[in-house]
Parts: sequence; structure tokens; C-alpha cells
Amino acid sequence: MSEKNRALSGKHFYSGDLACAEGALAAGCRFFAGYPITPATEIAERMARRLPQIGATYIQMEDEIASIAAVIGASYAGLKAMTATSGPGFSLMQENIGLAVMTETPCVIVDVMRGGPSTGQPTMAGQQDVMQAKWGSHGDYEIIALAPSSVQEAFDLTVEAFNYAETYRVPVMVMMDAIVGHMWEKVLIPPLEQINIKNRKKPTVPPSEYMPFKPDKDLVPPMAVFGEGYRFHATGLTHEEDGRPRTESIKVQQKLVQRLCDKIRKNSDKIVKVKPIMMEDAEVAVIAYGIESRAALSAVRKARNAGIKAGLLKLVTLWPFSEKQVAEIAKEVKAIIVPEMNYGQLVREVERAAKATPVTFLPKLGEEPHRPEEIFEAIKGGI
Amino acid sequence: MKTVTETKKLWRKPLDADKIKQPQAEIYIITDRCKGCGYCIAYCPKEVLEESEEINARGAHPPKVKDINKCAICGYCTAICPDLAIFVKEKTNEQKEAEKNERKE
Amino acid sequence: MVVETTHPLDVYLRETGMHHIWCTGCGNGILLNSFVTALKELEINLDKIVVVSGIGCIGRIAGYINTDSFHTTHGRPIPFAVGVKLANPELKVVVISGDGDLFAIGGNHFIHAARRNMDIQVICVNNFNYGMTGGQQGPTTPLNISTTTTPYGNIEHPFNLVHLAAGSGAVYVARWTTLHVRRLTESIKKALQKEGFSFIEVISQCPEIYGKSTKMGLPVDFMNWFKRASEIQHFSDPAKAEITSDRIPLGEFVDIEKPTYETLLRERIIQVQNKMQGGA
Repeated sequence: MSEKNRALSGKHFYSGDLACAEGALAAGCRFFAGYPITPATEIAERMARRLPQIGATYIQMEDEIASIAAVIGASYAGLKAMTATSGPGFSLMQENIGLAVMTETPCVIVDVMRGGPSTGQPTMAGQQDVMQAKWGSHGDYEIIALAPSSVQEAFDLTVEAFNYAETYRVPVMVMMDAIVGHMWEKVLIPPLEQINIKNRKKPTVPPSEYMPFKPDKDLVPPMAVFGEGYRFHATGLTHEEDGRPRTESIKVQQKLVQRLCDKIRKNSDKIVKVKPIMMEDAEVAVIAYGIESRAALSAVRKARNAGIKAGLLKLVTLWPFSEKQVAEIAKEVKAIIVPEMNYGQLVREVERAAKATPVTFLPKLGEEPHRPEEIFEAIKGGI
Repeated sequence: MKTVTETKKLWRKPLDADKIKQPQAEIYIITDRCKGCGYCIAYCPKEVLEESEEINARGAHPPKVKDINKCAICGYCTAICPDLAIFVKEKTNEQKEAEKNERKE
Repeated sequence: MVVETTHPLDVYLRETGMHHIWCTGCGNGILLNSFVTALKELEINLDKIVVVSGIGCIGRIAGYINTDSFHTTHGRPIPFAVGVKLANPELKVVVISGDGDLFAIGGNHFIHAARRNMDIQVICVNNFNYGMTGGQQGPTTPLNISTTTTPYGNIEHPFNLVHLAAGSGAVYVARWTTLHVRRLTESIKKALQKEGFSFIEVISQCPEIYGKSTKMGLPVDFMNWFKRASEIQHFSDPAKAEITSDRIPLGEFVDIEKPTYETLLRERIIQVQNKMQGGA
């Protein structure tokens, strides 16, 4: 098996974890460094089995910190690289996620979310890491985060994650709750030629003129990789466009931090993905992501059958947050319902964007998502 | 039997003088890089260098050559300098010519 | 004497980085000199070598050498280097970092990379303290020394780094001081040409900071300790190579052959792919 037949095109019956691994391989991932952790271990195991088949590298590192560091190294040496973990490992990785942001390293980090905080409930699902995806590391920065709600999406959104990472030179998180990670569904893998794959921009100038952090108009610098004669320097310290550290300059810090954030913020129209369902005439909107969006869809259908004009705004990207889309629907509806498998995270962003429109939060802790009936009750209450 | 004076005349020119050349060193100092650590001065096996009175842009006293003829081009100063501020090389032909001409005057 | 403006080794240094920030007499400068001299003598292709450093004064070295280079977060140059090497085994990957970065926060990564016999070269500049942050104790600070975080004297036994490296499985282990700069250059050359996990401990002076706690505040005074206490004996027992004020055991301690991780990985991949073709 080679690079060309790396995608297992065809119909399969997979778990979310397996589909995620196959999505990475289809996207061209050729390096995985990870550490076992429930419920993400299956991703590592699948990569351990599949990567050698296509002549690529799997390594189990000594901890999650080493895993993300190795992923950044492999990316700088030119490969599409990924790691997968859950809450505790995600916490360990935060410092180096900051390094990936600062050095504009394309990479994918999968967090198969379980109950927290701390060791929590390793075998039970949660959606408790969604704020951490955006705010987990220190400093001001932006990342992109995606939330699959089905096994098919676990495949599709992992491919998307690599595309975003390569396009924007940023770490991209795939926030897959453990239910999606461990459930088994049909998934269709298209032939490789039909899968849309993006690669990082290469430098167009000779090494003597290359500045590793000089952006193009889209605020993203073309990326040279090690071993091609560019002899560039990258550092986690605040740096100039030519890579050299400038820890004492206010101007350099302002320019750099603003560009790293604006790179995502100013391109958010191209990044944010939401799926509105039955929203055209909706009077009550449910905003949900991951497994909750499936319970929500069931509840919305129930509501429609009962004559209530309900609709669902499924969030596909969690970060950057879909402020525009939420603000628009907030103007049209009387109430917004937000069910989450946590004690109040993304709902805060919804409230911020929805302004005066009342938002009802439905918390859920401990493995089970909301039952459609629970969400239906809240929809009725919203009218 | 030859006199002492006559035998001494034989000493002055070694038989392999044409093959083995005495090192003719030139020491290059990048004065503004020097931070005045003193390693080149302290560890030169022939004590060729000493601290100068001059103060460079860093506020340090760079070394200066005391006696270039003692230098055996061992290269230790070149290797030990933490600031790559000093290096020694064999004199170039131009430099040797210039010196010869100077001596003639 | 000729007053000059450029040095023959300048081609190995980054114009945008130099002149370095290191103090008067800092051993880091000598290691920089020694390392680029080794690159020159080996005629290494500067496009195919990557220098990775961690956090600390020595961490700045990646910004001074004219090759692809990366300055990681504290303690993480080794796993980063592992990622680079596995992604492109054609590259020579060298980690240059300090005693705290490699053996306190980074200790776990060191022992595992050595155990796996990753084909990377690790140079540890050991100045017995955390210099960049003002002179705190580190894992190699000797007993009883007063530092800013051991104001009453250090009560911790220091690491014997050559023993740790040898015990973790490194295939080449050497220790030199910055005074022994030529032998250091030879060891660096040897490590760069040897496959597998190489470790070179460079005993280095920190006159501005560590020197102040130990009455070696002048660069030459600090260096004279190396001169006085050094003992070169190749292949002596790493377990007995502790450093004391009277004795700094130097030399090569380990020089063995062992299959590298990269070799084993390559063989396994070929095996897997052959089996798949055979089965198909």
C-alpha cells in the first residue's frame, strides 16, 4: 500500500475514533505521535496499524507533552502531523499548543471529550473542554475547533481540520465527545481524487530573501520546511518577521499578536461553518453541537409535528465562534435553547451574540446527552 | 679542530631550514566584539598577548599583541574566544613581503 | 596585529542574530565557537542540519547558528527533535540545551530518547545553575552551594549526567570542559558522524552568576577550576564520574553500537509492506 491508496475508499461501519483516524490518513497525515488515553486510544491504535502500511511514522511518546512537541517538529520538517487525546492529555498539551500558535505550525489535535475535571469519568462522555479549546493556553491567540456529530462527520471534519491547519498555519482541534468517538455508524469514504485536500503555501522567493513570518495579504506567511536550504529560525519568543527574537519591543509584540489573532478573526467568514435546519421560519431556535445536536434535531422535529415553529442551528465549527450567524437568528426568534453536556460553556458565547434575545441553558453532566423530550419541553417553554 | 666561533657558524642554519619554516603569525582582533574575558591572554602558551589600554564599544579592554614573534600559531586563542573576536593565521605572502620591505628600510 | 571586522567562522553564524547576548567569558560562547568549528572541519552541508534548543541562556544558540533552527518551550527540545528526525531522517538533528532544561523539566524526554536510541545528538551545557533567571539551583548544583533558591545551602544531591546518559542507553557519552575546547570539537565531530543517541556534557563557566556564589566571579578564575580539577580518563566507570570541587572526570565514557530507532522503524515498515503485498 502506498501514498496513493492511503484512503480506504468505500462503505464502512466504523466508530468515530476509527473514522477520525481514516480521515487523517485520507487528508495526507504521515505522522502521529500520541499517548494512550480513554476514549481516544483507538485513534492511536488505528494509526499504529495503518501508518506503517503506507510507509509513514507512528510513535508512542512518553507523555502528551512529548507527543505535541513531536507533532510540531514533524510539521516543521514538512509532514502533516496529528495527535489525539482526551481532557487530561489536552491540559498537558496546552503550553505547546501555544508554541504551535506562536510558530504558526499546521497541526491537528483531536480531543475525544470525557467527563472532567481532572481524571473525572474516563469512560463517560462530556462536552466540558470546549472553552479550553480556545482559552487553554496562556496569552492572546485564536485557533480553529470543529465538533463532529456523527461518524461520517468524524471522517469529514478531520479532513477539514487538516485543510484549515494547512491554510491558516494554525493548530486545529477536533472536539469529538466520547459518544461520537465510540459509537458505530455507516461511513462513506470517497475516492481520493474526490476528497478536497489543501496544502501549506510554499515560499516563492529564494532563501536569501525569505522571511519566515512575513505574511501575505491573507495574513498567513508561506511556510518553508527544514532541509530545503532556507536555514530559517523559529522561536516561541516574540519575534520579528525574519524570525529573530525581539523580547523588548512593544511594537513587535503588538504587530505579532494582532496578526496571529486577525489571521483567524479576519478570515472567519471563510472558516465558520454552521448547519441551519428548519430555521427559515423558526420562532424558537436550538443551538447545539456534537451529539447534543442529534438529540436537538429529534426535539425540533417533535416540535414541528406539534405545530411549533422550531429550528436547529447546528454548530460545526466551535471556534471561531459563529457570532454573526447567532446574532442574525437572535433577531428572528423569540427564544434560544442551548443544550450542552457541561455546566455552562459555549452558551456564554451564544448569550453574548444573542444580546437581548432570551437564552435558556440546559446543562447535562455525566455521560448521557439530553433526551429529545427534555429539549422539546424547553422549546415549548420558549414560545 | 675547528674553533668555537667556526662551529657556531654551522649552527645558525639548520640543514632542513629550506623545508621547515618558522611560523610567521598574524593575529587578527575584532576589537569591538571583545568582552574582556581574558582567556586568550591567560591561556596563550607563549604569552603573546596582553591587555591593551584601549576601551572598545563594549567598555572592555581588548587584547593586543606583546610579541608576535613568539606566536607558534597553535590556534588556542582562536578556539577559546567566546566572542569569536580573535583569530590567528599564517602571514599572507603580501604581509611577509611588506614586512621584509619594512625591515630593509 | 591586524584590527579586523569579520571572522572566518562568520559564515556559520546568523547575521540577524549575532552578536550574542552572553556575558563576558560565558562558556556558551566557547561552545558556539567549538560547534561551528566542528561543522567547518566536517564540511557539513548546512542545509541538512537542524539545531534545536530549549529555554535558558544556551537556548539562544539556535538563533545564532546559520542553519535551520528552532527554539522550543522549556524542556522540550528533545521531543521536538524526535519529530523532526522521524519526519525527515535525512536531516542531522542536534539538540543544544542546558542542565535545567534537559534534566529537570526535560528529564523524562531525555531518558526515553536515549532508551529508544533515537539518532539525535544532544549537547548539554552544564553550568550548575539556572543562569538566565538569575542563579537558582538546578539538578546539577553541588551540595551546600548557596544559590538564590538555596540561600542556606543546597541540600540536594546533584545528577551525575554521564551516568544517567549511559544508564539510559546512549551509545556515545563524553564529558569535556570549555577549557578542553579542542577535544570538545573532536567529540562533537565524532557524535555528528555516529548513528544513534549521542550525549556530550560540556562543563561550562557562568562567571557572572554561578561564579558569584562560588568565589569564581572572574572568567579566568572559573576556568582555572577546570584547569586544576580536570582528570581525563577515557572509558572510566560512568558511575564514578561525579564532579567535585577537586575532581572533574573527563573523557569519553561510552562508545558502543546499537540499532537505532530509525533503523528498526524502517525495517518494520518494509516488513509490513512486504507482508501486505504478499497477502494481496
